[in-house]
Amino acid sequence: MAASDLQAENGGGLRAWLTTETPASRLQARTVQAYLVWLAFARNPLGLVGLGIVLALILVALFAPLLANHDPFAQDLAARLQPPGSPGHWFGTDELGRDIYSRIVHGAWITLKIVGLVALTAPLAGLIVGTVSGYFGGWVDIVLMRFTDVFLAFPRLILALAFVAALEPGIESAILAIALTSWPPYARIARAETLTIRNSDYINAVRLLGASRLRIIVGHVAPLCLSSVVIRVTLDMAGIILTAAGLGFLGLGAQPPTPEWGAMISAGRKFLLDQWWVATMPGLAIFIVSLGFNLLGDGLRDALDPRSAG
Amino acid sequence: MTLATGLKPGRGGSRISSLSRGLWPLLRLVLTVAVTFFGLLLVTFLIARVVPIDPVLAIVGERASPETYQAAYEALGLDRPLWEQFFVYVGKVLQGDFGDSLLTARPVLEDVTRVFPATLELATVATIIGVTLGIPGGVCAAVYQGRWPDHLVRVLGLFGYSMPVFWLGLMGLLVFYGLLDWVAGPGRLDIFYEDVVPRVTGVILVDSLLAGDLEVFNNALSHIILPASVLGYYSLAYISRMTRSFMLEQLSQEYVTTARVKGLSEARVIWRHALGNVMVPLITVIALSYASLLEGSVLTEIVFAWPGLGLYITNSLLSADMNAVLGGTIVVGSVFIGLNLLSDLLYRIVDPRAR
Repeated sequence: MAASDLQAENGGGLRAWLTTETPASRLQARTVQAYLVWLAFARNPLGLVGLGIVLALILVALFAPLLANHDPFAQDLAARLQPPGSPGHWFGTDELGRDIYSRIVHGAWITLKIVGLVALTAPLAGLIVGTVSGYFGGWVDIVLMRFTDVFLAFPRLILALAFVAALEPGIESAILAIALTSWPPYARIARAETLTIRNSDYINAVRLLGASRLRIIVGHVAPLCLSSVVIRVTLDMAGIILTAAGLGFLGLGAQPPTPEWGAMISAGRKFLLDQWWVATMPGLAIFIVSLGFNLLGDGLRDALDPRSAG
Repeated sequence: MTLATGLKPGRGGSRISSLSRGLWPLLRLVLTVAVTFFGLLLVTFLIARVVPIDPVLAIVGERASPETYQAAYEALGLDRPLWEQFFVYVGKVLQGDFGDSLLTARPVLEDVTRVFPATLELATVATIIGVTLGIPGGVCAAVYQGRWPDHLVRVLGLFGYSMPVFWLGLMGLLVFYGLLDWVAGPGRLDIFYEDVVPRVTGVILVDSLLAGDLEVFNNALSHIILPASVLGYYSLAYISRMTRSFMLEQLSQEYVTTARVKGLSEARVIWRHALGNVMVPLITVIALSYASLLEGSVLTEIVFAWPGLGLYITNSLLSADMNAVLGGTIVVGSVFIGLNLLSDLLYRIVDPRAR
């Protein structure tokens, strides 16, 4: 959308400042760019739904103690396996009489923690490997990319299983295992972007000014790879959640009595045919949150990279 | 550094191009596979080295004298340098020696060959389901772009990328086994039918047909249909999405217009001309989805108590049986690498331009 149209339409004020074609400062230029991306994103209703789900997840995780109506660890054997809709237990209770709703609400923080930590570490590692590989070229490139290919050729879940086996079961091991198995695609993306950038005039100009390789990669190449990597990260977040839940389900992620959603499904398996809600409710939570990240990722991709929309 | 060095093409690039006409692409492929396999072995070796389980204690027990411990330590070759241990390890693996499983006390290779057919059977039936529904689904989505078949494929894909496979499996059991009783429950066969047909391939659907025992075949089919459909759904979601985008690309090309102008029926244009060109990239997609099903089967096998490689690896893992875990990892990794290689080779054979 042409920024000038908007300007004419809305007159002055904040809108004009946000949509100007002649920004007065660096801050304004960045804000204008972000605002235009937001406008493109906001035209996609499904993307907004995804954003809503993700924001809801964050709010639930932050205010879990206020939203939960029970202690997630409090056992009440007299009220075990109560069906959904029982007084005080919206989603019912599990085999130890713990309130499933409260456990799901508290589990939001664990999910957010896993996704957050993996989404910070894996792309960073990929970005470093990819930009160095692409910028240096030659043997560095060949060695690093072979290394990346080796990791790409592995089945992710099996490799994560083996990693967790080598460490010890727990959330930290799960996070580490997922991060160790999910950086290679980011390295590939960052390398591809770097190859298109590295011979451009402005990089050569920076080089002529005497900038070191480190400075060029960190300050001038990496920032340009960031948007492709960010899109990929949002699209991968659902996958991270599913892998983490899978590890929890196998008993290799969060350990009892932690209210991790995958582990909750695993516990509910034993009662599946008679008390369906114990396994079903946490699964619905995983499904909705993953759906949210997928919708958000699709929306962001369409807004930031219209070429691949479709 | 000067401008000129920055603009020079990469050193590796010029050498590759001079050799590109000969056997280089094939050699390169073989080299890639070898390096990847080597990396697989290196990673599993390192994992085995950092495990906090003492392999010596597992053999001699906690009350062994220091001399016994030392003897076992040296017998395992643990006193030798790390790189030497690695080469011994590679040599053993290449001969198919993954050590013995602590859990079953049998060689890991023997265990793996016993359980692998079950996983193969599950992944194959799932892929058949995914391909037979996914390709027509994707074609319809592309032909009716923006209408309901397109939305349906999109929603199916979105759900597939958002649902945990083990949860979908449990829900399937709840509805189709628990509530409706349409399919058989967990396991490969009812206990009554176990070991009725002689084991030839290890794939029960094939073995029962070879033995001419339709009763066993039907029982096996009613057991496999649910786990295979659950896995097949993920394959369907992926294949239909890729088919759709490949078809959209083809349908906008001029040869499609030419075919229509020539007066060919719409069905022939779509299913013969456009889909024919799409089949080449689709082979890669199908091979990749087959490989990912082998992996997805780990969780599915646990839900359905399916005695395959995934269940084997997980059970070994929970009882700290590292030989079995790493042996299983190497086998799955090798199949993964093999399928990637196969899709690459098929691509070259099917597409004349890639030759």
